[in-house]
Amino acid sequence: MILFDCGFDNGGDIDDDNDEFPSKVGKYKAKTELHHFCSLPILIRIQEMVVGLLNANPIVYKKKERRARNVPTVIDEVTFTPTIEHCSMATLIGLCLRVKLMRSLPSRYKVDIRVAPGRHATEAEVNKQLNDKERVAAALENPNLLELVDSCLEP
Amino acid sequence: MELLDGELELREIQKLEGHTDRVWSLAWNPTGTGVAGMLASCSGDKTVRIWQKGPSGSWDCSAVLEDTHTRTVRSCAWSPSGKLLATASFDGTTAIWERVGGEFECVATLEGHENEVKSVSWNASGSLLATCARDKTVWIWEAQPGNEFECVSVLQGHTQDVKMVQWHPFLDVLVSVGYDNSVKVWTEDGDDDWHCVQTLGEAGSGHTSTVWALSFNSAGDRMVTCSDDLTLKIWDTSQNPSETSGDGSGSWSHLCTLSGYHDRTIFSVHWSRDGLIASGAADDAIRLFTESKDRMVDQPSYKMLVKREKAHDMDVNSVQWNLKEPKLLASASDDGTIKIWELSEVSKLVEHMLLQEFAAGTGVDRHQTF
Repeated sequence: MILFDCGFDNGGDIDDDNDEFPSKVGKYKAKTELHHFCSLPILIRIQEMVVGLLNANPIVYKKKERRARNVPTVIDEVTFTPTIEHCSMATLIGLCLRVKLMRSLPSRYKVDIRVAPGRHATEAEVNKQLNDKERVAAALENPNLLELVDSCLEP
Repeated sequence: MELLDGELELREIQKLEGHTDRVWSLAWNPTGTGVAGMLASCSGDKTVRIWQKGPSGSWDCSAVLEDTHTRTVRSCAWSPSGKLLATASFDGTTAIWERVGGEFECVATLEGHENEVKSVSWNASGSLLATCARDKTVWIWEAQPGNEFECVSVLQGHTQDVKMVQWHPFLDVLVSVGYDNSVKVWTEDGDDDWHCVQTLGEAGSGHTSTVWALSFNSAGDRMVTCSDDLTLKIWDTSQNPSETSGDGSGSWSHLCTLSGYHDRTIFSVHWSRDGLIASGAADDAIRLFTESKDRMVDQPSYKMLVKREKAHDMDVNSVQWNLKEPKLLASASDDGTIKIWELSEVSKLVEHMLLQEFAAGTGVDRHQTF
């Protein structure tokens, strides 16, 4: 289990009423405008976070492999800690993490993503959605959201 | 079919490749041509593929239904006549395709859901269609002449994304399951007045996380549900004769829970004509369960018969028994492939292998009858 500290400041007007993946990202299409929604420190943090995960992962992978009998599947749990109880941001960060992992790890990796317990008001709802692959797949078919995620993950 | 403990296995017959993204769902044509029929598959690549057994005996892709849905096709279902195929998509629409010879033509598009449609199901007579979506609703459509479909009811009740709908095998009773962890039973009062007659929730031995799928047994008196809570639950209507109104709707009660068999989300479950329950899960495995004939136990119980690890390279999203050949099973996966399996007795295989060994060793003609 890997814990990440993700600090960020509240940027832009975000729909806080529901737990769903942000769909109203239309107005943030331009890259410069994205910084209003996802300010620069956040973008850098996400990148650091993911790089940190990937560097640490080989160690975790080996441990799991010893325990799993001839099954190359690796099950990993990633926990991230948003320092502000801001629903949409936690969901977005989790989604960015999910996408980065999907693109970087071999397909046999099964990853569960969780918000660190006790640190978020609606953590159960955020976790449930982040680990529902149908919900994630549908969200990523929204081109605006995908572009936002891509911008967050851009080095 | 006589089932011998520990002597069954799922033998891979063929791997069907062609889709360029994950395959979400499968449906066997209930009629079809030839011995085993026709299989429809739908995918994240926005297409639906039709597979048929060719003269050589291998399964080939006979049609690709494309340029209609603009997003993932999540679910497909054949009408009871086998002539129509309904496909449900994340683009919010449900398309109806008509089979004309070997070709398929889109003859209707059902619109109305506010967002991704997750599942579609035909009732036993083919007069009604049900769809459900992330908008938390279940829609009931009436099939009219000329391939016209009219929405006759929008069912509200689920508090979250509805994952699957399934009609009872012979009654006009609809069951829906979803992200709110519940199972809901819907019937009609007459005059298109549909309402929820029962909710099987967490409080009443229900699931504690998203319910992904359900399947009825052929007798229609039991159903199995599968969930993200890592369990399968069997429900039945035959235990309370005083409350059963004979329409299969009231008093579904929890019969048993199969836990400890799965360690990742179970996405699909299907009950065969012969009483075998197949499950497809996020650990890439397919499992088969059957009712235990253990006379020591009062309560009906179920046990795992077969576990096929590494059935696919990634999550198994759908398992479907062939409707005419009860030993044939199809599975679909995130790895973009479909596999056809045959349930066979290991003992026969071993016997065959031994005979081969013997014949090779002693130089005896292996065709000689013993």
